[in-house]
Amino acid sequence: MPTYSFTVNGETVTVDAPADLPALWALRDKLGITGPKYGCGIDVCKACTSHIDGEAFNPCVTPVAEIAGREVTTIEGLADGDVLHPVQQAWLEQDVAQCGYCQPGQIMAAVALLRRTPDPTDAEIDAIENVCRCGTYFRVRQAIKRAAELMRS
Amino acid sequence: MSIPTNRRRFLAYLVAAPTLTVAAKIGTAEPALAAVPTPPAPADLLDLGDILILAGAPTANLLTLTVDEDGGATLHLPRAEVGQGITTATAMLVADELDLPLALVRVVLDDARPELLFNQLTGGSNTIRSVYRPVRTAAAAARARLVAAAAARWGVPATTLRTEDGAVLGQDHRATYAELTRDAARTDLGPTTVTPKSEHRIVGTPTSRVDARAMVTGRQRYTLDLDLPGHPTMVRRPPTINGTVRRVHNAEAVKAMPGVVDVVVVETGVAVLAETFGQAQQGKDALEVSWNPGTVDDEDDDTIRRKLRAAALPFVVPPLLTQYQDAEFDFAFVSHAPLESNTAIADVRADRAEIWAGLKSPIVAQQTIAAELGLPQHRVKVHVVQGGGSFGRRLFFDAALEAARISKAAGRPVKLLWSRIDDMRHGRTRAASHHKLRATFALGNVLTFEHRVASVETDFGHGLGEILTATAAELPVGGNLSFAQTVFLTTIKSPYHFGVTTQLLNEVPLRMHTGSWRSVYSANTRGAEEIFVDELARRLRRDPVAFRRAFLKTARQRAVLDKVAVEGQWGKALPAGFAQGVGFHEEYKSCTACLVEIDARDRAHPRVTRAVIAADYGLPVNPRGLEAQLLGGLTDAISTTLTAGLHIDRGLPLEGSYSQFHYARQADSPTDVRIFIMPPSGEPGGAGELGVPAAVGAIANAYARATGVKPRSFPINFPVDFEPFPR
Ligand code: FES
Ligand code: FES
Repeated sequence: MPTYSFTVNGETVTVDAPADLPALWALRDKLGITGPKYGCGIDVCKACTSHIDGEAFNPCVTPVAEIAGREVTTIEGLADGDVLHPVQQAWLEQDVAQCGYCQPGQIMAAVALLRRTPDPTDAEIDAIENVCRCGTYFRVRQAIKRAAELMRS
Repeated sequence: MSIPTNRRRFLAYLVAAPTLTVAAKIGTAEPALAAVPTPPAPADLLDLGDILILAGAPTANLLTLTVDEDGGATLHLPRAEVGQGITTATAMLVADELDLPLALVRVVLDDARPELLFNQLTGGSNTIRSVYRPVRTAAAAARARLVAAAAARWGVPATTLRTEDGAVLGQDHRATYAELTRDAARTDLGPTTVTPKSEHRIVGTPTSRVDARAMVTGRQRYTLDLDLPGHPTMVRRPPTINGTVRRVHNAEAVKAMPGVVDVVVVETGVAVLAETFGQAQQGKDALEVSWNPGTVDDEDDDTIRRKLRAAALPFVVPPLLTQYQDAEFDFAFVSHAPLESNTAIADVRADRAEIWAGLKSPIVAQQTIAAELGLPQHRVKVHVVQGGGSFGRRLFFDAALEAARISKAAGRPVKLLWSRIDDMRHGRTRAASHHKLRATFALGNVLTFEHRVASVETDFGHGLGEILTATAAELPVGGNLSFAQTVFLTTIKSPYHFGVTTQLLNEVPLRMHTGSWRSVYSANTRGAEEIFVDELARRLRRDPVAFRRAFLKTARQRAVLDKVAVEGQWGKALPAGFAQGVGFHEEYKSCTACLVEIDARDRAHPRVTRAVIAADYGLPVNPRGLEAQLLGGLTDAISTTLTAGLHIDRGLPLEGSYSQFHYARQADSPTDVRIFIMPPSGEPGGAGELGVPAAVGAIANAYARATGVKPRSFPINFPVDFEPFPR
């Protein structure tokens, strides 16, 4: 079986896996990194959203071979030790999570949005397609706006 | 299985409970004023939550609360946390009563505890209502013991001591709970008097979830995140609901695929165990299987709708002599679709088994799995894991049972994941329903109000959470249908003085996987009534808010309606294609009103742009958590009213993912939501399910006012706008 090396949350890792194994399962089943969640497996629900080289990607539809040599960040790697990322901080302030299952993906999507667009409009926030079955959307929206403020100050 | 008669009698007792209690409570119905009074419906007197509380009463004191040697407290909660915030709310109750900082209270979910009988079911918006007193009493007892221990140590009367911030304080002394907890456990302290406090310090203040930090850092663990042994496992399922395996043609070839560990046949399909879920999925997709038919292969939306229409009971009042108004509504099947799909871990050995899953009825899960495996009940340990959403779904333990069967067949521990497609097609659904309403009126008053509900049977096979009533729900005589009637009668009631009111349910048994979906019958039944109320108001040339106001029964109900009318500026001018809509609902001793604005300029893609919600929960334990529940209820209503449903085609739902089952996304959600929790007015009412029906009414009414089109079938926009996944 081929092996692939990449970095996850700043650490270099190597996995034995078939080339077409979705990166989600390399992360979860081989490396025990369980922050990215399975919700659909076909790039629809966005629960698995993580970052690759600083951009949002969906590991459920990205073969592990494609992430070789690249830098992956999952929700576990977003905070700086105990210091939360402003988006996480805003999420706590707004008490966004209900069951919490979609929230790693929501947060990683929001971080990616705010990197591209430091002061997003409602229409730009609308473009986030992550499903929240608990229906927390309004708090997600408020938390993104609050995070934008925190990141400016 | 034969049922000893005393077990039957127990069910009879439960069913009879509403009548038994009527006599004691009838005096509380408020006198009618101008409107023609409606005598109280059973749900006015004793609702489903009351029954669950009564059923749980003999065991309610079996809650365990410990004061630990680090000075913190741990509450073992016999309920499931699935996002509804009960671990936070109960931690607040303990913190308040024990005078302990909230951060020092831990709440853990109990394993299945069969001795709790009915008292380990999470449903009916019941948790806070049922544990409010026992949790406070337990915490008050702990505090009294700690004070008594300090009094003994210092040789002073207990009455001179007080508690604060995790410590007992006297005039010259201070000892932390950590220092006192051993002494407090001594039996020679003598009796202590226990009175829960009447003043709250934490209860009633908006509080963030106790697990919020774990959730935003990815450390919150759901079933398949647990670091336990077990092979990733997925199941190839039949092309129609309840189909069974006839033959597997290529099991050996699939076993030889990379990463595949084993292939086993179970009742529900063919399981593939592998090194990773990706490989399990590839293996199951590669299987060639012939299938036996399922139980509803000839059914589709049309056949089911015809059955429902035929099943709706006739009206009593003929449309003679008086003026009348009729309406009919249809609601599609709806997937529960919690974002964490059906999952479980099972480790079955020859002489014992251990199960991990998000379970709202763990006792019946344990009892059924033990029977299935041929093990004594106490050899099956069932752990309740925090779940990624439920909405009623996790009342059923099908994943746990399936995982146990697979683990037994394969002789190894397994981690079972249902694909999203399977979760939508072979999972549980809210039953489709048909509604007929008729009201007669004269001189501006409503004289009669009749509602006939025909629904595909809702499965209550989980009973009240343990095997006695679960079995009773399966009895051919009485059985699920009378259980369903009990649930209907104890949840559905009209909040209005509409004269002689009858709300009747008739169910059509179809062997499909249905189940309670947040607010059970109320979302459709009361949702339809709220739409009908608007139509009646128009017929009588009354404003929808003023009309409701005139017929609501209590000042408390009118207060939430007034709140949304004022805060939402009811009646304000809006451009063409936009409109406001309002809805009201009362259930489980809580009430709420919802006012929305809709942008329906594009009828095929309307959007709720604003919402104002007010709710009276009696005693709002955690207003911030309650607001979250109302926000969730609003999003559910937006989804199911406008876009989200399942089409049944030849015995299977067509929808298989969120790209097809159109649950709302951010772009469908309002950009302005304001929620008002009314000040305390009593003891805690139900919380989790309250929000849906009022919002269903408000959204449909706004749509009707914006477009001039009366909505009759839900979801309103429901095309098959996708290529279904292969079966
Ligand atoms: S699991 Fe990756 S998008 Fe749904
Ligand atoms: S918080 Fe439950 S799915 Fe979003």
